[in-house]
Formats: sequence, C-alpha cells, structure tokens
Amino acid sequence: MTTITPYRSTARNARDGFGQLLHAEWTKFRTVRGWVIGMILAVLVTGGLGVLIGKSTVPSCSVQTSSGQSGPVQHGAACSAPAYPLGPGGEPVRDQFYFVRQPLAGNGSITVRVTSLTGRLPGQGAGSAPAVVPWSKAGIIIKDGTRQGSGYAAVMVTGGNGVRMQWNYTGDTPGLPGTVSAARPRWLRLTRDGDTITGYDSADGTHWTRVGAVALAGLPSTVQAGLFVTSPDSAAYSSSLGSGSVNNDPTEATAVFDHVSRTGRWPASAWTGDYLQDSTSMGISGYTPGYHQVAGRFTVTGSGDIAPLIAGALNDGPAITVRDYLLGTFAGLIAVAVAAAMFMTAEYRRGLIRTTLAASPHRGRVLAAKAVVIGSAAFVAGLAAAAAAVLLATEVARGNGSSVFPEPWPTEVRIIAGTAALIAVAAVFTLAIATVVRRSAAAILIVIVTIVIPFVLSAPPGIPAGLTEWLLRVTPAAAFALQQPAPQYYQVQANYIPSSGFFPLAPWTGFAVLCGWTALALVLAGYLLRRRDA
Amino acid sequence: MNVPAAGLTAVGPARARYGRETLHAEWTKLRTVASTGWLLAGAAALTTGVSAAVDAAAACPASGCQPDPAKLSLTGVQAGQAIVVIIAVLAVSNEYSTGMIRITLAAMPRRLAVLAAKATLITGLVVAASAVAVLACLLAGRLILPGHGFTAAHGYPPPTSPALLSLSHGPDLRAACGSVLYLGLIALLSLGVATAVRETAVAIGLVLGLLYAFPVVTSAISNQHWQRHLEQIGPMTAGLYIQATANLRSLPLTPWQGLGVLALWAAGALTIGGLVFRCRDA
Repeated sequence: MTTITPYRSTARNARDGFGQLLHAEWTKFRTVRGWVIGMILAVLVTGGLGVLIGKSTVPSCSVQTSSGQSGPVQHGAACSAPAYPLGPGGEPVRDQFYFVRQPLAGNGSITVRVTSLTGRLPGQGAGSAPAVVPWSKAGIIIKDGTRQGSGYAAVMVTGGNGVRMQWNYTGDTPGLPGTVSAARPRWLRLTRDGDTITGYDSADGTHWTRVGAVALAGLPSTVQAGLFVTSPDSAAYSSSLGSGSVNNDPTEATAVFDHVSRTGRWPASAWTGDYLQDSTSMGISGYTPGYHQVAGRFTVTGSGDIAPLIAGALNDGPAITVRDYLLGTFAGLIAVAVAAAMFMTAEYRRGLIRTTLAASPHRGRVLAAKAVVIGSAAFVAGLAAAAAAVLLATEVARGNGSSVFPEPWPTEVRIIAGTAALIAVAAVFTLAIATVVRRSAAAILIVIVTIVIPFVLSAPPGIPAGLTEWLLRVTPAAAFALQQPAPQYYQVQANYIPSSGFFPLAPWTGFAVLCGWTALALVLAGYLLRRRDA
Repeated sequence: MNVPAAGLTAVGPARARYGRETLHAEWTKLRTVASTGWLLAGAAALTTGVSAAVDAAAACPASGCQPDPAKLSLTGVQAGQAIVVIIAVLAVSNEYSTGMIRITLAAMPRRLAVLAAKATLITGLVVAASAVAVLACLLAGRLILPGHGFTAAHGYPPPTSPALLSLSHGPDLRAACGSVLYLGLIALLSLGVATAVRETAVAIGLVLGLLYAFPVVTSAISNQHWQRHLEQIGPMTAGLYIQATANLRSLPLTPWQGLGVLALWAAGALTIGGLVFRCRDA
C-alpha cells in the first residue's frame, strides 16, 4: 500500500483583520479610474466655480449705472476696497452714533435717568407721530476712544426690547423690560473698575439691579464716557420672497436724559458732542444728529447703530462672503456621491459582491471598511476642494479690488474643514443608501432629492424662506449650515434667510442632522446586507 | 427568376415598417420595466408637491406682491426635473448595464433609428406626465395662493386675466405649456448625455450638475454683466424664463428665446450622443 500525502498549501494563512479588509477595499477604490476621476472632478468643479464667483465680484469702487451694468473702474487713489471697521473680535461692525462725551481718567462711574425715547421713521416730517424702531438705543457708554470699531460697554434703553447691556458689538444681555416714558423712567449706571465694566438699571434710582459685568481687555486708563443715541435702519422686509423690495431706510431717535451724576476723575470741564461714523458713510438727508443741554437736561438725537454688520445681498454688510465661494460644493458633492454610489453598486453589477463576501464573511465589517475608505477619500477631496475654492477665490477677488466679508480665522477653518466633513459624511450616506437599494440610479436619486435639491432651492433668492428653512432643518442638507459665515444676532434686525447664508440650525447642529440620517442609513444597510442574499 | 424580384419588392414596405417596429420594440422595453411608471409618477408627484409647498409658504405683504404667481406655483419643476433626468438616463444606461444593448443592436442595426425611437418615446412619456403635473401645479396655485394674499385687493388676478392662473390668459398659458416643453427638452438633453457616457450614475451626476450649477452660481455673482451672461447660457436658468409672466423686460432673454437655449443644449447633447453611439462599439 502506498500512502498518499494530501496536498497542503505552503502559503501562510492570511489574517482576516479589519486592516486587511481596509486594504482590500482601498485597492478596489484606487484601481477604478472613474472613481478617482470623480474625486478629482469634485475638487476641480468646486474650486473652479469658486474662482468664477471670485472673479466675477464687482470692484467695490466701480459705479453701478442705472441700467444695471457695472461701469468703468475709477482708477486712482479713491479706488480701493473700503475697509469696514473691525470690532475687537475681528468682525466687521457699524459704529455710528451721537456721542455726548467726556474723558474719564481711571476708575469711576456715570449714572443717568432716561425719561423719553422717540423716533422718526423715513418719510415722516418732524411733526408726525413719534415712533421708534425696536432697536433704537439710548443710554450711557464707556468706550476705548472714538476710533471706529474700538471696544466699548454700554447700558441702554431700546425702542422695543427693554433695557439692554451691550459690549464690543456682539455682546448683549437683557435688563428691565418695557418701554421708557416720563411716567416710567429708567435709571442706568455704568461703573469702571480696572478692565471690568458693570452695568446697572433701576426703575426708581434707589433700588438697583446689576445687568451684567464685562471685562474689556486692554482698556486704556483714560476712556471716553457719556451719553449716546443711535437708531438702526428700519427695514421694510419682505423676507418671504428674497427678491427685491427691501428698503433699508435710515431712522432717527431722540432721547431725553437728566439726573446725570458722575464719580471718579473727569478732567474735562464740559461735554463734547460728536457724531461718530465711518468716514465712507454718507450724511442722511433730513436728519440732524446733535444735542442740547438745558439745566441738566440733555436732549440727544442720533442715527446709525453700534452693532455687527450683517452679510448678504439684502443686508447692509458686504454682499460676498466666504460661503459664496463655496456654492460649488453641491457640484463637488454630486461627483463624490456618484463615485460613492458606484463603489457599492458596481459590486452588485459585476457580481464582485459574492467574491467579496466569500473572502470576508463578516458582512458588517465589509460595509464598515467601505465606509471608512470612501469617507476618508471624500474627506481628502472635500478638504482640497474647499481650500482651493476659498483660497483661490479670495485671492482673485482681492485682485479685483472687491471687498469680502472679513472672517476671523477660526470661522474660516470651520467653514473649510466643515465642508470637507459634509462631503465625507454625505459620501458615507450615499454608500449606505446604495447598499440598501443596490442600484446606482435609485441611490443617486435619493441623495439628489434629500441633499442637493433642498440646497439648490435655498441658494438663490426667490423661494419663500419659510419653506427652505424647513427643508434645511429636517433633510440631510441641514449640514450646509457648516458653511454659515457669520452668526445671527438677536439684537440686530436683518434678513436672516438661507440665500444670504443664514441657516436655521447652528453649524454643528446641522451637521448632526446629516450624521443622524447617515447613522440610520448605515444601520439599515448593515441589517439588509446581513439578511439578504447577495 | 422570382427570388431577386421578391427581395427587391420587399424593400419598400420593410423600410416603412422598420421605424414603426423600432418604436414598438422600444415601447415594449420601456413599458415592461416597472421603474418607468414609478419614476413618471414620482416626477409628477415631486413637481406638484414642491409647488404646493412653495405656494403654501408664499406671502404677499401689504406693500405689494413682488412675485409672479405663475412662476411661483411652477417652482416644483426645478425639483421634478431631477426625476425626469433619471427616467431618460435609465432608458439608455440600463441597456448597457444589463448588456441588452447588444441584442437591441443585433435586432435593429440602424443605431440612429434606435436612438430616435427612444427619444420619441421618452419625450412623449415625459411630456404626458409633465402635462398632468403642470395642471396639478396650477390647480394647487389657484386653490392655495388666494389664501396667501394673492387677492383682488393686491391686484390678483391682473385685469387682463379672467382668473388667477387661468389657461385662457396668454402669459399663464405660455408658462404652463412652456414648463411641459421644458421637461421634455430636459429629457432629450439627458438622453443625449446618457448615450455618450453610458453609465447611469455618471450621466445623472453630469446632467444635474450642469443644470443646477447655473442658478446656484449666478445667485452669488454680484457683477450683473456676468450674471446676465451666465443666466443666458445656462440650460436651466434660460429654459425657466418660459415660466415668467411678469417683468419680462428685465429678463436677459425673452421666454421663448430662453427655451430655445435649452433646445440648443438638448440638440447638442443628442448630436454628440448620436455620433458617439454610431461610431463606438456597443
């Protein structure tokens, strides 16, 4: 009898670890030319559209003629991008108000009583019924000099929002509610102690409540302190339809102060009245900021605002923001979604899925490996796309001489990295949907309807904001909130609509909505992949 | 000898039958795929649904309505076209993904006749579904908009029109018929692109990217000279001028010229698709 030795392969058993699986999926991804081209296309399209938008910005000094054509650029010294005053936080601000001031050396305090705040709306004569806009402001302020955009803290009465304490343009905290009148006056007090400024309010001048205390870093020893009045533009918004019909008309407010008392060292002998404003802003016809003082009673009239500028074509700030450069993101997202969908559906079409699952019977792990590979590739592509769009477009727009909403660097980083994260998670979402439906057409359809269409409907003005805001809350497109260039301020009335770059959800909340949908789709995909025959 | 003669006499009728049979074959293929019906219904439903939602979110403040009620109540076309694109792309790309194209071309060697038959049928189906959807949109507008300020007090309907969104009012009729034609042309554009690239997902991505890029990008462009030019050449932006019924003077093109731009895009895509289809191995 001869014994037959059975054949034994001398090859070592390969480990079937997750690393092995990742490597296998990565090999599949990088060796299909079309998918890699899709990723490169995403970068090129997003970057290219960004450059196009940057290139087409209007030089700030060009003349818009009545026919709507942008006129020739006036060359010369006058032609440079207007520098918006920047607040202490780096945001562009409006710093325009009537200031009745005296220098205050060292620590001290100022107390006043406000007995009236009235206003004039556009088109109304001096004799017409007084009316104030809700954010007309009159009160006392301690400010780091009269330079535009310098730091401050103020406590004030408003037209419709009670007593507020505000500081450094973006800070805002409420005090006593209700409007001011001779029968219901408001007492206000600001004290300075080193860098800390504390605001108090009172209804009777004896019982005081602390409204807030803020630390203004780098406040000089001598500051300007006194009374101020300002009144923002009354906006006749038709924000439901973003197109046209927005009238930002200036308004004027007048306030009466008395019982002005001060402690500390006030070296000047008399009050100085100043209308602080940006050098580029034009005078407002028919309005006369100023003050007069009769026996301790100050009547101050002012117009403007002390607040952050709000970006967007319908608002008073710069029309173009970094977010506009990234409008091409949706096209890049389509390219990435096509690659992500085919990364799964091609397995079914070619029958490769049977080989894949024979090699790695843990189906959940196959899905996880694919998600990691496509997510990482999409993140890298998205990062390159967003960085290219923002950096190139900013450069091109600067060369055009146009002004862009200046962005503090953490916001810019959040926008660029957020765009990459948005594209990466959207790719994983597409992969999960493709696993569920197993057809490219159906997967792409779902992604287009849930992510691209809500975004496309919200980007140009014209669709009622109520609808687009709802879509940007519930659909995965909510993640576009990551591109929001500036926060919405409760204390500034403006057109906070999606087409101007204001999303109904906070940036990371919007991203969480996309992540939630993606998690749901992944769970469903994992379940079906395990339960169904491949 | 009878045989050659019989062969010769058969040429005439056979050629006449040829076109009809190609159409019939394509119709059988389209009709028997479950997705065609679902997608057509989906396109109509999405168009109507989005339009109704836009109507319900519209407002006409006392200061006067800016918007154009016909354009407003046909907004859903912007969403519904995505499904129309998919219907048209699938008609071609499905043949490639299943290998059916080789049988089709063996049976019908005249490739352009196959493409023409597909184009005719897809356009016909899309036009029929869009007509239903557009009528439903107008009906929704008529029912919903008066409750949102589009009333006689605000000047709606205009004096020349017998009722709000009435088909007997010239501009409204143009907007309605034009929207149907718009969707038909979108189907032709998609068919051309799909014939050229053959891959479902790629074709859908290309067409939708091309369509949506123009309105999104022009919304951010502050240079009005560029903005007008981009709107004029964009297939979606120019094509949708057909929906305008107010402020026609402010449009960069007349409504029919706008639809003509889209027709040029569709013709270009079909020409390229046809050439590639003819010259390339299937």
